[in-house]
Amino acid sequence: MYYYYVLNIFLLACINMIAVLGVSIFTGFTGLFSLGHAAFVGIGAYTAGVLTYHWYVPFPLAILAGMLASGIAGLVIGIPTLRAKLRSDYFAIAILGFGEALRVCLENLSITNGARGLSLDELSGSAWVVGALLASLAFTRSLLRSRFGAMFMAIREDPVAAEMAGINLFRTRLLSLVVSAVLCGASGALLAHRIAFIQPVMFTMTQSTQLLASVIAGGMGSISGPAIVSFIFTALPEMLRKLEMYRLPAYGLLLVVIMIFRPQGLMGYREIPDLLRGTRDLLLARRVR
Amino acid sequence: MMAALLEVRGLTRVFGGIRAVDSLSFDAHEGGITGLIGPNGAGKTTVFNLITGVYRPTAGTVCLAGGRLTGCRPDDVVRAGVARTFQNIRLFARRTCLENVTTPILARASYGPIAAVLRTPSARSAERAAREKAFAIMEELGIERFASFQASNLPYGMQRKLEIARALACSPKVLLLDEPAAGMNDAETHELGETIKRALEDFGVTILLIEHHINLVLDICTHVVVMERGALLAHGTPGDIRENPAVVEAYLGRRRRDRA
Ligand SMILES: Nc1ncnc2c1ncn2[C@@H]1O[C@H](COP(=O)(O)OP(=O)(O)OP(=O)(O)O)[C@@H](O)[C@H]1O
Ligand SMILES: [Mg+2]
Repeated sequence: MYYYYVLNIFLLACINMIAVLGVSIFTGFTGLFSLGHAAFVGIGAYTAGVLTYHWYVPFPLAILAGMLASGIAGLVIGIPTLRAKLRSDYFAIAILGFGEALRVCLENLSITNGARGLSLDELSGSAWVVGALLASLAFTRSLLRSRFGAMFMAIREDPVAAEMAGINLFRTRLLSLVVSAVLCGASGALLAHRIAFIQPVMFTMTQSTQLLASVIAGGMGSISGPAIVSFIFTALPEMLRKLEMYRLPAYGLLLVVIMIFRPQGLMGYREIPDLLRGTRDLLLARRVR
Repeated sequence: MMAALLEVRGLTRVFGGIRAVDSLSFDAHEGGITGLIGPNGAGKTTVFNLITGVYRPTAGTVCLAGGRLTGCRPDDVVRAGVARTFQNIRLFARRTCLENVTTPILARASYGPIAAVLRTPSARSAERAAREKAFAIMEELGIERFASFQASNLPYGMQRKLEIARALACSPKVLLLDEPAAGMNDAETHELGETIKRALEDFGVTILLIEHHINLVLDICTHVVVMERGALLAHGTPGDIRENPAVVEAYLGRRRRDRA
């Protein structure tokens, strides 16, 4: 029984980590902020959930459909808003509105069973969840090591200089958004069939804030940092469930402590092996000068 | 007579009431170094921003080898063959120096997201080729020893050179340099002049140079364009410019008085 409890928390943390990877690509590596990525998680969850609930679609197909739907939603929001070259506030506002519109739709459609939510089968077993997380990690790492990672980070560092390096800002940002939405969609599809119950309130700004907080606290421009922090953020509140009263304050306190001692996030702009190299660079730079 | 590679015709940009650039016309000849000088606020940087599509001109055109650049987005201008550096350095600060220089090469590479994620042989070889080319450019400018350093950790003068390296990595026909010697002493400025001349020969680029170090301009430029309050004040060889009374009064004279 206790084993099952711990396993469940572990799997929820893995699922959350997939969405955090998505936000990390968009915010940590491309430098665009979003307080609405939970909407993509919600689209993935509801698309997959509705498919398995009403039409008994096989689970793997339902996950793919969830990812596809989230990716399309990313395109729909991104195409009109990411054209504004040096202003990302259009996107930030549009995604907030989109999240709200999504919630209203989900609450009023009969296919989603409105605000009461959908009870689903618990299809996201350990193999699915861990497999999906490993695949997402490998996917993210390869993408960020490629020319697309180089272009994302160039835009994050300086959009004007990136454009003068021959990068099409709109297309590159749109790609980053779609990829992050697809990862969030996968996370949502798995989440829906892990908790075996979904409700519109599960995908609102509170959840978006937690995703963004994981990326900022974990370190923008790091894969490992946000992954570690998202794990702590999911597991800790569950562990502290007995101390219900102190859960949210403890969570907030942790965030404050990280931001005071590591304003650049747990891992800064680095991965674990980079930590040593950075120190060496500084020492060498001083000598050459 | 050398051919005009970059043709600026009637270029005008109005900001509010200010005519930052006012019906400016000049040519940059292939294989030459054209100096663009003028007092602070004359509109030199604005000319660069208009050529590269950062700003849209109020009127006028810019053509590269006969093709219109006016109205193109900056990334298309880069693809057409114009690269630049920035007066206030704009490096990809938290990336390594090598990554700064590989970025424009990778931006041009053709493999797609699927090949990137699968790390196909063609993707890997494109990345290897980009690193090799970037390293060769850094060697040419003598900054290869900084390759693995984070760009923001570089000394200031090296950051300016890194910006030139990154611009050269765009494989430009025309290279626009905005005050590359700013903040350098005479020895460093002289050395930079040699680097610029070498880049011209080795990379076959045509250069348009904004610079306040007047000696550097008169020394290395084949042609000089003088601006004042957005408009063309004079143009000609460095010898002509040195003799031109209007220039001496408006620009050289003022600087001499500044120093006195
Ligand atoms: N984006 C802008 N908005 C409003 N005014 C601008 C803008 N950019 C430039 N200007 C104005 O245009 C004029 C020319 O500026 P510019 O930066 O081109 O001068 P400059 O010749 O490069 O000067 P410096 O030698 O100091 O670099 C200035 O009066 C400046 O205030
Ligand atoms: Mg200027």
